[in-house]
Order: sequence, then C-alpha cells, then structure tokens
Amino acid sequence: METLKNLLVQSAIILDCPAEDAEDIVNVLGKRLFEGGYTKESFVQAALDREKEMPTGLPLNGSFNAAIPHTDIEHVLKPGVAFATLKSPVIFHNMAVPDETVEVSMVFLLALDQPKAQIGMLQEIAGILQDPQMINDLMNAVECDEVVRIIGDRNKE
Amino acid sequence: MAGKKTILVACGTAIATSTVVAKAIEEALYDRGLYVNIRQCKAAEVPSLVEDADLIVTTTPVSVDKDIPVIQTLAFLTGIGKEDVIEQIINHIQE
Repeated sequence: METLKNLLVQSAIILDCPAEDAEDIVNVLGKRLFEGGYTKESFVQAALDREKEMPTGLPLNGSFNAAIPHTDIEHVLKPGVAFATLKSPVIFHNMAVPDETVEVSMVFLLALDQPKAQIGMLQEIAGILQDPQMINDLMNAVECDEVVRIIGDRNKE
Repeated sequence: MAGKKTILVACGTAIATSTVVAKAIEEALYDRGLYVNIRQCKAAEVPSLVEDADLIVTTTPVSVDKDIPVIQTLAFLTGIGKEDVIEQIINHIQE
C-alpha cells in the first residue's frame, strides 16, 4: 500500500528547519529527494518554477499553515514525500488566490510519478491538513521517528 | 433529472491536488446517492474541456469563456467550509 508512511523519505524529513524563504526550503528538501534517487536533478527547479506560476500555499484552520509543492511527473524517478517543519514561517502564495501570501510552517514536497496515482497518500495529507491537533503534534516533533510514528498511527485509527 | 452531470475538477498539474478534490467530491455525492461524471484536468486545459462540463471545481484560478458555474475552493484540502461547498455543488448538479 502506498501509504504516506511508506512514501515518506526518512532522509528527507527536516524538523525545525531554519529556512530563509520558500525557495530555500524547496531547495533543501528537493536536494534530499534527489540524493535519495527519487527525482531527477531538474525536479527542484521545476517545482520552483511551478510554485511561481501556480503556488501551493494552503491557509489552514489552526495556528499553522502548510504548502504542498510538486511538479510534473517527468522530473520524478520514483514516488516519495519530503517533509519539513520550519523554525520560522516562510512566505508562500495562496493556491486559490495567488496574489495573497500565506505564512507557511510546514511543507510536504511531493515527488509523484503518475497522475492520479498515490491517491491514498494524497488523501492522508489532506486529512492531516484538516486536523489542527495533528498539525500541532507534527510541529512539536523533535525527531524524525516521531513524524513517522505520528503519521503511521493515524492509519490505525 | 436528465443524464449524469459532468464536473470538471482542475488544479495546477492534475497530479496531486485535483486527485484529492475529485475523490472527495465523488465520495461526498455518493454518500448522498448522487452520481456524476468527474474529469480531472490542469487549469490550462479547462478552456478545451469546458464544453462537455456542467460545473467546474478548481483549486487554482481558471479562465472560462462559457457561461458555466465555477467553484474555486481549497475546502477539500483544508477542510475549511467543506460542507458549504458540497451544498453548492449539489445545488448546481441538481439544477
């Protein structure tokens, strides 16, 4: 099963990351996915380019907001998800209203290799984004194992 | 009611976001005994696909010439206002 837990790339989980801006965090996470063999080298630039045209910032229902940068499948070798919580929020733009900015504290960088695939994983991410308690738990995580456990435990409910 | 209505679900790349939205709409309508055709596409593809659609649900801005209802929403991702959006969708497809 392509659960989020299975697709999370351990080496691409970064907590309390001191990212300067949106580009910085996409670069840092994207580099980890590339180094892990999940993406081509072109992935990061493609994700950044897409972010400028069609941003992925999502204002959420709690204290923290998130972004889910991703790009076309041609830049991906195998599916994987990179994850970061940020020391201080960085500015993304709102997916629905690109002129608006969103202060983002949590980033899921998605490497997806087929359109309409990985639906279970995507639904899990949407479920997390809709759950302020879960977002808080993830923001408070200090070790990568905790993130995997929190996300894995969600499936058991 | 006439034949099944078609909902065009658009997002930036038609990889991630619209997949979640399409599934969420399908499930919400199914739960209410409503059946629709759902097509996923990139925002840029909307102008070429709009002829066959009765309603557009999109997470990102789209340009549409046709006189067709457009619901632009992040509700299926963030949960904010989801029930309202489902009601809007139902109203449109039952017209």
